[in-house]
Amino acid sequence: MSTLVLAIFIPFLAAAIIPFLYKYLKNIHVGWFAILVPTGLFIYLASLIPAISSGEVIVQTINWIPSYGIDITAYLDGLSLTLALLISGVGALVILYSIYYLSSKEPIGTFYTYLMLFMGAMLGVVMSDNMLVLYVFWELTSISSFLLIAFWYQRKRSREGAKKSLIITVSGGISMLVGFIMVGSMSNTWSIREVIANVGAISDHALFIPAMLLVLLGAFTKSAQFPFHIWLPDAMEAPTPVSAYLHSATMVKAGIYLVTRFTPVFGGEAVWFWAVTGVGIFTLFWGSFNAVRQTDLKALLAYSTISQLGMIMSMFGMGSAALYLGYSTESVVYTGATFAALFHLVNHSTFKGALFMVVGVVDHSVGTRDIRRLGGLITLMPVTFTIATVGSMSMAGLPPFNGFLSKEMFFVSTLEITEAGFFGLGTWGIAIPIIAWIASVFTFVYSTVFVVKTFLGPYKEEKLEHPAHEPKPGMLISPIILGLLVIVFFFMPNIVGENLITPAMNGIFPTFAAEGAELGTHIHAWHGFKPELFMTIGVVLFGVLLFITRKYWYGVYNLFPEKRSINVFYGFVLDQIEDKSTVITNKYMTRYLRDYMVYIFAFFILAIGGIFIFTEAYYFTLPENAPISNFEWLVILAMMIAGITILFAKSRLTAIVLNSILGFGISILFVLFRAPDLALTQTIIEAVTTVLFLVAYYFLPELDKEDTTKKTKSINLFISIGVGVVFTAVALGVQGNKAFDTISTFFENSYELAGGKNMVNAILGDFRAFDTMMEVVVLLIAGIGVYTMIRVKAKKESDQIEDK
Amino acid sequence: METLVTILAGVLVTVATYLLLSKSLIRVIIGTAILTHAAHLIIMVVAGLKTGTVPIVGEGDPVDPLPQALILTSIVIGFAVTAVSLVLAYRTYQEIGTDKLDKLRGNPDE
Repeated sequence: MSTLVLAIFIPFLAAAIIPFLYKYLKNIHVGWFAILVPTGLFIYLASLIPAISSGEVIVQTINWIPSYGIDITAYLDGLSLTLALLISGVGALVILYSIYYLSSKEPIGTFYTYLMLFMGAMLGVVMSDNMLVLYVFWELTSISSFLLIAFWYQRKRSREGAKKSLIITVSGGISMLVGFIMVGSMSNTWSIREVIANVGAISDHALFIPAMLLVLLGAFTKSAQFPFHIWLPDAMEAPTPVSAYLHSATMVKAGIYLVTRFTPVFGGEAVWFWAVTGVGIFTLFWGSFNAVRQTDLKALLAYSTISQLGMIMSMFGMGSAALYLGYSTESVVYTGATFAALFHLVNHSTFKGALFMVVGVVDHSVGTRDIRRLGGLITLMPVTFTIATVGSMSMAGLPPFNGFLSKEMFFVSTLEITEAGFFGLGTWGIAIPIIAWIASVFTFVYSTVFVVKTFLGPYKEEKLEHPAHEPKPGMLISPIILGLLVIVFFFMPNIVGENLITPAMNGIFPTFAAEGAELGTHIHAWHGFKPELFMTIGVVLFGVLLFITRKYWYGVYNLFPEKRSINVFYGFVLDQIEDKSTVITNKYMTRYLRDYMVYIFAFFILAIGGIFIFTEAYYFTLPENAPISNFEWLVILAMMIAGITILFAKSRLTAIVLNSILGFGISILFVLFRAPDLALTQTIIEAVTTVLFLVAYYFLPELDKEDTTKKTKSINLFISIGVGVVFTAVALGVQGNKAFDTISTFFENSYELAGGKNMVNAILGDFRAFDTMMEVVVLLIAGIGVYTMIRVKAKKESDQIEDK
Repeated sequence: METLVTILAGVLVTVATYLLLSKSLIRVIIGTAILTHAAHLIIMVVAGLKTGTVPIVGEGDPVDPLPQALILTSIVIGFAVTAVSLVLAYRTYQEIGTDKLDKLRGNPDE
């Protein structure tokens, strides 16, 4: 049974079918077909929840390249299932939303094809056990993301955003591949499960830390961690359903997934802890700090996504500390961070998905996303306002929404980690809760900005493209569902916690699970008056204060001017690479045949001649030469002289006569070499060629003296002699060393086998008749080419198009 | 005989290479034609020269027929190549007004 593997490939299959449905079923929005795929997958995956939550894992394998140990192994544990449910669930909601968002006038067939491609690739990423297969799917998500960002490819900014995201994520992907190959060569397997099972054997290997850093680079670029976050705001040029799906709920979580998946391998190292926690916590701060000053709602959400991804990342870093200590009753406390991270991963997808959809609704309704033009939409779009408020308050970490729970757990984790006495946490650990708290204040501020600036304040209809109104109800279904989930998860968080996250935890901390540790946490909304509650209260108080006084401290952003940003640096590096490579390429790509021929011949001399000398193939055991008659001497010498004289021919007539001497000389040699057929053919062809040359010369200019410099001439001569010498040496070397018997004795039966006494004719017309037929085809094509080039002239109109 | 013909082929290859490196389209085309000749000679040589009678059944012990069949194909193909190159040169000259390869480079700013 391999239904799981099939589940990965169903979206790809759908991607192949959708263009046809789009073409032939014009009057039904093709999204209605597309939505069946994620819905079906979601139901199927949901049916596996009971098995997974009872501790099972499902493994199914289909052989792909067994000789290299590369098989498509679908592996489903709690972690994979959580992400797979997000991918299919949010996918279904996004498609439903997009049906109302995108009109049928747009090329939606392509849109859903890309979306299905992405969905399949993403399922492949989270369910693959084989690292190389994971890599293939990983790059497929980058490519489909590129295609989706550039969906409105007429816009320059879309194309540039797509290019940027592709360059950054694929560079990270390649470094990840190198990391995978290192891990694979250390542990002699491509299977992640087997690597995890034998991690003790590789952790002292010299490549262990480099492999870890390379894998992390892949994860950080994909999940838009500082300083690679710059692609995510530009990716917001994509249609809003894409932003909601790829660039907040699923694809950017692939990096986080990778970190989680490899925590049992690399976790427990100080480098891992500080890299993941440090980068995560700084990204959390930097994202939230920058989100506050955005004026475009989507850009605000983009920076907020960066920030939230950093927060999740840092929690996985903190959780990995437990692996350093090994299993004990004290160390289990650190796994709480990992639990919180997984929970927030789910929560973030719900509230951020809803918020993106809200932005799409607002944009769709009034035609702008600029908060300087928006305001006062509360009375006109009450439903949208409600969803936005729910999502924003959850994002800010307020009750009664799911974000509150995971934010509190986050604070708890940051406080606990300061008490750890290892990894230098005694001195530096205190920075973690402080930065986390400051970042949370900014999170509160931008969440407030999002709601207040859009929905409250004065309504400025004159600044809007269209008057505000609620959209079609269909467009609100998906954000309402997500908004409801935000509330449901607050009141019943343990549905997720017990069924998905606890099994996932057992996979992340296999050594703990083996000891029988209780890794699941029962989530409570109310902990009593603990430090984390005071932190939240502080966040609200300071957040409100900062929001009210924001026009006094906004000047702080002038400390980070646009011209010194990472974005500008990225653009500068890219421009430099293009310029420099153009200069270098133009140096040797001269658009002059002679130069290219020089490269080819020089390579020939060096490579063939070099190998010839290197392998000592230059002993010439000349075979017993056939005797040479005087006549033969005469012919051959005449040909040599004619050949050399061509070089000095002043007129084209001389050149053609000398060329004919060569051709007819070869005919005579063919006679002497017992080859009557060749001699006849050569004579006829040479005659025709001569005539052809003469005709052509009638139209072509006279040969004039080559105006090349002495230096060029001597280089040409040097190369020619070099080629001639290597050629002769190899030809002589070959003759003395016959390694095989001739196969030609077979053809001596030509009369019995093919009914022809002339063996050469029998070979051409019978034994190798296909060759001859194809040769005729070549002649035919050449004939058509000659005719076309002489007869067909470009039409006047097409000339004009060329000129433009 | 074999050695001598090999050297002849070597000389022809040298000449052909020199012609291929020249500026004039016509010289380049003649160069390709000469290169073909050299290749034919070397195929004949490698099989051995004058080791028997003509490759016809009943004429005694024949020479190797296979290289001859291959060369026969090659002669015809070589002719096709020469013909197409010549017409290409003709058409280029008609359209652009030069047969000098260094002048066919187009605008260096492109």
